Amino acid sequence: MSGRRTGPIEPEVNAVATVVDFKKACAVNPLKMSQPLGAAYAFMGLDACMPMMHGSQGCTSFGLVLLVRHFKEAIPLQTTAMNEVTTILGGYENIEAALINIAKRAKPRIIAICSTGLTETKGDDVDAYLQLARQRRPELADTELLYVSTPDYVGAFEDGWGKAVTAMVRQYARAGETTVAGRVNLLPGSHLTPGDIDELREIIEHFGLEAVVVPDVSGSLDGHIPDDWRGTTLGGTPLEALRALGSAEATIAVGEQMRSAAMELEMKAGVPYAVFDRLTGLEANDRFLQYLSQLSGRPVPAKYRRSRSQLVDAMLDGHFHFGGVKVALGAEPDLLWAVGTLLHEMGAELSVCVTTTQSMLLRQMPADEVVIGDLADMERLAAERGCELLMTHSHGRQMAARLDRPFHRIGIPMFDRIGNAHRVGVGYRGSRNLIFDIANLLADHYPHHNGPQTWPLPEASLRAAATATTDATPADASPAAERVPVT
Amino acid sequence: MSVTLKQKIAEVFDEPGCDKNQAKSDKARKKGCTQQLSPGAAAGGCAFDGAKIALQPIVDVAHLVHGPIACEGNSWDNRHSASSGPMIYRTGFTTDINELDVIYGGEKRLFRSIREVLDKYDPPAVFVYQTCVTALIGDDIEAVCKRASEKFGKPIIPVNAPGFAGPKNLGNKLGAEALLDYVIGTQEPERSTPYDINIIGEYNLSGELWQVKPLLDALGIRIQACISGDGRYRDVAGSHRARVNMMVCSKSMINIATKMQQRYGIPYFEGSFYGIGDTSDALRQMAGLLVRQGAPEDLLVRTEKLIRVEEARAWARIRSYRKRLSAKRVLLITGGVKSWSVVAALQEAGMEVVGTSVKKSTKEDKERIKEIMGDDAHMIDNMTPREMYDMLRDARADIMLSGGRSQFVALKARMPWLDINQERHYAYAGYEGMVELVRQIDKAIHNPVWRQVRKTAPWDGDTPEALLA
Repeated sequence: MSGRRTGPIEPEVNAVATVVDFKKACAVNPLKMSQPLGAAYAFMGLDACMPMMHGSQGCTSFGLVLLVRHFKEAIPLQTTAMNEVTTILGGYENIEAALINIAKRAKPRIIAICSTGLTETKGDDVDAYLQLARQRRPELADTELLYVSTPDYVGAFEDGWGKAVTAMVRQYARAGETTVAGRVNLLPGSHLTPGDIDELREIIEHFGLEAVVVPDVSGSLDGHIPDDWRGTTLGGTPLEALRALGSAEATIAVGEQMRSAAMELEMKAGVPYAVFDRLTGLEANDRFLQYLSQLSGRPVPAKYRRSRSQLVDAMLDGHFHFGGVKVALGAEPDLLWAVGTLLHEMGAELSVCVTTTQSMLLRQMPADEVVIGDLADMERLAAERGCELLMTHSHGRQMAARLDRPFHRIGIPMFDRIGNAHRVGVGYRGSRNLIFDIANLLADHYPHHNGPQTWPLPEASLRAAATATTDATPADASPAAERVPVT
Repeated sequence: MSVTLKQKIAEVFDEPGCDKNQAKSDKARKKGCTQQLSPGAAAGGCAFDGAKIALQPIVDVAHLVHGPIACEGNSWDNRHSASSGPMIYRTGFTTDINELDVIYGGEKRLFRSIREVLDKYDPPAVFVYQTCVTALIGDDIEAVCKRASEKFGKPIIPVNAPGFAGPKNLGNKLGAEALLDYVIGTQEPERSTPYDINIIGEYNLSGELWQVKPLLDALGIRIQACISGDGRYRDVAGSHRARVNMMVCSKSMINIATKMQQRYGIPYFEGSFYGIGDTSDALRQMAGLLVRQGAPEDLLVRTEKLIRVEEARAWARIRSYRKRLSAKRVLLITGGVKSWSVVAALQEAGMEVVGTSVKKSTKEDKERIKEIMGDDAHMIDNMTPREMYDMLRDARADIMLSGGRSQFVALKARMPWLDINQERHYAYAGYEGMVELVRQIDKAIHNPVWRQVRKTAPWDGDTPEALLA
């Protein structure tokens, strides 16, 4: 438990994938969702928070409906309700009015704001607006205000999440905090579910460590019944915890998208960090537990030794199903990496990888090619390359029906499934689940049409069998299958 | 805002078919139908959302959204408007503009996108939707669509309803204007009968049109075009030859009905397929107008006979739930016609409506509510989620019927809830639909789950009875 770490030992990755961006004018069946939505989702992980998009009311409405359908939970999300005139004249008045309204009606401890394509095109200086609002409206004195710039026409969902978390750290982390022994910060990427966060917290706590999760959607979107109605988020990271980020011994970032937030935290408060590119699969979790063991100075608990052994067994049982299966995978970079590498390790072939935005992980994917594109690209390539398994978010359902292939849902949105908050896909246990789920799905779709005509003999063999003469040349005696049939 | 869009908005606000609007002073009318949105306290979709909702149920055309990824990427494939054939309307097309497009303009990308869509999918037409960012940077989608139509020889229809123009309701009307300007009357239908009607403002959610169509089929009434549920481009283009227009439900596309009357002399009536009495009224009015327009008179008698048989069948089926639903209290949080049209059926099944929201209702709607329920106190103007929650938790209602937005208010208060808005999975139209609604309410209220979820843990002192008292 000594020395300063900047990261765990990176996995050995030899594969170098080509990153392809088709120069299409029109995106068809989008895989991508917008940055502000990712940022707003991150804000959902702050306690007693009211997230707000600075834009037209539609921006908020679409995002809200999407998250409601995914989580089957009430989603607190407000809008500055910009119209054309206010956009052109600048949105200060709308922001001020929105802050006052929200503070009065929902009484959140924090109002977290992200910009949209509309207000970024105009160029609203929201940081300045917030300062001005603070000066002009003393009634906002008790309400925290947080802002992040997230134009719709740049990046994607996970970029928005990453930027929002970086903004949280920048605004609240303080230098000079007394280090609390055993405290670690956990910065989960947007691809982790509330269930994943709970799982990681449990693992960390089993090492006698205390996990401060930022942002913590497991407190707000885990589908629980609150005692009373609340207009804001129902739980999540409290402000005090944000302010105390600098007191941790270390920061654990999960997903490449969290690297900049972790770096920011190190620069501001001097907390060393480790980025775990993924927590799926055996070796990735070995590294994670080894790290926790070193950090805590405790051996890996028996529970996880057992759990590891179960994963190994699951991998043995599962590899029969995965070997050589051609998979088409569509997900944001960090999720693509987490799931894709596990599939690869299980023997599947990543024939089609489609993603939404640039990431340094893309070139390392164990695939020939990673396409930055949409579900229409995924569908076309999956058909061309004869993929046997399709994995993406729920919007892939139309594709799966058309291609008539087994379909495993991953990521957001998953509007046609319930219990999405509780899916666990990290740690030994989560990896085991993932392997079982996919293997069982594949088992349901084995071709069962073998019949007497499935393996016909070639012409030459039939002719050979039909001819009674014995003057065959030595060549004719060789196995028929290795010869080009004579026509 | 482009001059044309400004004119359009002024035009749809000056709607002769909307009596609410006509009752206003000139000055008030100029301000428009829409309440000013309150920042930080607003909910609901934008004009683009409204236009898309109104037009996307035309199932055989490509709907192409010109804007950044948020507008289509965050929203596509999320409504249950059903198709009996083509599925291209469920494909999400967007120009997904990037930073450079914002700087240099997105018109070229839009033009290339139209070409790609036509090359790959060959739809009979492409509808192009304007959005906030592309409107703000001045992309002229009308010009691009005009050029593309000339170049590719297919109708490319601009739908100029950027989100920041106003709320969803305005978008419905702007979407309708696009049909009036570019689609309706541009093609002749293959055939035409004295029994042809258009149904306007019916989106065939969960296939509701198909609960009504058998009634029309039985009477020999032919739907030339449903605008827009399960619609086909050609049928809508030839809809100017119908004899009668039925304006369904809300007034979301009333401008189509009034303008078709002005332009083509097609009379229209307003009707609803929600509720038993309303379905009968709609059939009656439809038959009456068709006969006035020259259809053989026997249609009237046949219609009455069908109504008699079907009503009796529906009431009998609904009455069979009385024993189970008698005295159950319903909180109805919806808007417009649904605030009263389903009440009769609920009452017939023995239920009591303890409240109905009138936030989106017109003066007429409110009068109908009084007529049916006789008591002002039942009307709720603007209920906050908090108030709904308290009302449900205090068990002043047994079930809430509402849209998806407020479902968690009920569920978190551990009370039954039924979706009766656009995201619903069950069809509630016509006689058949009312029986289905009552059946669903019965299913929801009598689910054994409620008893369990209201129970507190054995180690907690609070009894559920105390919670519900």
